[in-house]
Amino acid sequence: MGKTLILLLCAGACALDAAAPSVFVIRDARIVTVSGPVLERGAVLIRDGLIQEVGASVAIPADAWVIEGKGLTVYPGLIDALSTLGIAEAASTTAATTRGSGRTPGPPSTPSTPATPSETPGPPSMPATTGPQARGPEDRPSNTSWVRAADLISPSDRRLEAARSAGFTTAVTFPPRGIFAGQGAVINLAGEKAGQMVIASPAGLYLTVSGGGFSSFPGSLFGVMAYIRQVFLDTENYVLAKQAYQNQPAGTRRPAYDRALEGVLDAPRLLIPASRAVELDRMIRFAAELNRRAVLYGGHEAYRAADLLKKSGTPLLVSLRWPERSRDADPEEQEPLRTLELRERAPSTPATLAKAGVPFAFYTEGITTSRELQRAIKRALDAGLSPADALRAFTLSAAEIYGVADRLGSLDKGKIANLVVTSGELFQEKTQVKYVFIDGLKYEPLPETPEEVTR
Amino acid sequence: MKSLCLLMLAAAPLVAGPPTVIQNAKVLTVTKGRFEGSIVIRDGKIVEAGERVLVPQGARVIDAGGQYVMPGIIDAHSHIAAESTNEGSISVSSMVSIKDVLNPEDIAIYRALAGGVTTALITHGSANAIGGVCQAIKMRWGKDAGGIQFEGSKPVLKMALGENPKRRGGSTPFGVSATPPRYPATRMGVEDVIREAFTEAVAYQKTWREYQARLKRGEKPVPPRRDLKLEPLVDVIEGRSLVHAHCYRADEILMLLQLADEFHFNIKALIHVLEGYKVAKEIAEHKSSATTFSDWWAYKMEAIDAIPYNAALMMRKGVLVSLNSDSAELMRHLNQEAAKAIKYGGVTEDEALAMITINPAKQMDIDNRVGSIEAGKDADLVIYDKHPLSNYAKVQKVVIDGELYFDRDRDVSQRTERDSRKKALVEKAKELQKRQGPPPGMSRRPS
Repeated sequence: MGKTLILLLCAGACALDAAAPSVFVIRDARIVTVSGPVLERGAVLIRDGLIQEVGASVAIPADAWVIEGKGLTVYPGLIDALSTLGIAEAASTTAATTRGSGRTPGPPSTPSTPATPSETPGPPSMPATTGPQARGPEDRPSNTSWVRAADLISPSDRRLEAARSAGFTTAVTFPPRGIFAGQGAVINLAGEKAGQMVIASPAGLYLTVSGGGFSSFPGSLFGVMAYIRQVFLDTENYVLAKQAYQNQPAGTRRPAYDRALEGVLDAPRLLIPASRAVELDRMIRFAAELNRRAVLYGGHEAYRAADLLKKSGTPLLVSLRWPERSRDADPEEQEPLRTLELRERAPSTPATLAKAGVPFAFYTEGITTSRELQRAIKRALDAGLSPADALRAFTLSAAEIYGVADRLGSLDKGKIANLVVTSGELFQEKTQVKYVFIDGLKYEPLPETPEEVTR
Repeated sequence: MKSLCLLMLAAAPLVAGPPTVIQNAKVLTVTKGRFEGSIVIRDGKIVEAGERVLVPQGARVIDAGGQYVMPGIIDAHSHIAAESTNEGSISVSSMVSIKDVLNPEDIAIYRALAGGVTTALITHGSANAIGGVCQAIKMRWGKDAGGIQFEGSKPVLKMALGENPKRRGGSTPFGVSATPPRYPATRMGVEDVIREAFTEAVAYQKTWREYQARLKRGEKPVPPRRDLKLEPLVDVIEGRSLVHAHCYRADEILMLLQLADEFHFNIKALIHVLEGYKVAKEIAEHKSSATTFSDWWAYKMEAIDAIPYNAALMMRKGVLVSLNSDSAELMRHLNQEAAKAIKYGGVTEDEALAMITINPAKQMDIDNRVGSIEAGKDADLVIYDKHPLSNYAKVQKVVIDGELYFDRDRDVSQRTERDSRKKALVEKAKELQKRQGPPPGMSRRPS
């Protein structure tokens, strides 16, 4: 008990020093640029939040703080490609939950239907709006497509520090609730004010497919799909009606303003859940039908669907929370072969995608500690993923999927100075995160929390 | 106006391999009697069936060893292979479609195959007066969601009468129901909901017709809003979609037939229809048909006045009758359900077999493709070791589109291997857990 308290105090004290210098040189370090070859001995110059130079050596300006990088490795900051980081409301509803009990931290997972071996955690999410009962798509239930994560960001979300300590500098964060949950934002995981954290918004419209049961429309998977389809049809019609009105306001009946459809119009891409092979197939076809650029998330059984993803050119966000036997499972229970196979083979998904040339990125689905993260990544590496591909999925690929690769994802001149500096090879068990740079400011990670606090 | 044309993957084209001949078989054609002989299959179709056939050169030969061959069983009412059954939150949910949520990996498909079923109509549930659009599938185990669809089959709209759709929800004498307070709460209300919906659909149809007329006149109006709830109803009115309606009692059956007449559409099939024997004449007059159970009833009040002679009595009055499963378990022995029609109703063997083959095919408008063994039809065949109407008959092989999808010997021989694979995976998982410690979130808590 006492120790826990001390840890909490420590967590508060380890926050950054704000009046930090803005020019840094890290020299004599191993530089992994991701976009180009690794510099076994090189330097990075950071100025005013941007990477000003990367090379074998850089001229050290007089006003620079020099970090001796001997024995250190510099990587681009890691990106959590789908999260609720920075949205304090999401943190409080998901605090202290663990796999299988209530909502997992991070965005809601793909729904699992009873008759299937899907193991994605979490019960069906509740509809976002608790207004009068919806009688159909016209009532726009569970639709907050106009809500922007960028407007909900708060630098005081406690989870930001934990994520930074694990090497994350950036996250793509989404409003967590509803079928049309809202518009995501690419954010940096530090900043004095919320507005400083936002890199790109809107980053995509986050869709979930869990229905509300018999109590409200839509109450089923096919109800949700019909609803989404109707909203997109309504959007098409809305655009035509608005154009007609704009062309000739006089004498034309004014179309009603519909914020739910405005939100759909704003979305540069859709994020659609799909974990099992059947779901991936289904949602690739659905996205094609909606004629929208889509990014699928979940993807645990994508080792069976790499061809489909490749052919359709659909990027995938792979959850690092690999399927596991529920902690409450009956130990005597005989599980179907299919479930066992999914659990065994899910971590081979990233390697399969890399081999097939499918763009993919990782999301942590609420895994926060370095230890858990390393463990999850190790399973993917053991299943054949190369460390370089793993790193790319955490950096440049994520940036490319969200269209921000001109600013993020690699160590290149002109990009945002998001870096992670480690004591060795990233994702290795013994490796420690030494510093994290976000917008050119230096942060030191929290000391690793002891594995467990007993009595 | 057409319902959404989904970008479904077309079924994988059949490889034009060598023709197949099933020889030495007792063939029950259902529509053309029975003979001992052979069936020739080419490109997924039956090209010849008879006592003596010309065996094409290079043909694959399956020796049936004197066993029975019948057309693949067709189930006109099943809920397998779909990840949703009901959109029960509203009373008219015609916007939902089984096609969206097919699960080609549902193990029930394989089990149905093992029971000789090759085609089924996967239907929306009966939670509401107008349910969703159903989807016909073939049990092509191993194919994807596009690949199991019965290509070219007509959409079927599901309706339901009686106790299920009138479940009012909200608080009831037995506590608070999972269903929200919902209209209708009576059988009269169900009728009203259906009439209201079709009245709305007629108005919607008119809106689009006016729009088309204005386009023709050279105007450039903004098109009306497409309404996915009403489009399937317009499809029904305009004859592009069939209707299957869940019902039990004679009074509500008559009500629905009259209502359909009012809007000039046909109820292609009445589902369950356990009191159908009371109004068989009227059902036949409407050119409707019945898909019922052999002897499954009394599971609720409205299913109380049922008799095992229902199928035979309706048939004698000129109603097209099929027997359906409505259950993944019953689906595995529909042949025995057909046999019961002989026991109770004294129908002939062919009439009994028709109730699980050609008759359901007619109810789904796919009888030009499946339901009997005739030249030109799909090669969907089942080989039984004994007469399929015997309790002792076991399915040996099932062929769909000329391809072998189930083989009893193969299944039996693979069981040991599957068991050992399973054991190995369980061991491996235990090993991993030992190595890693408990999975995230499973660390001990302070006591």
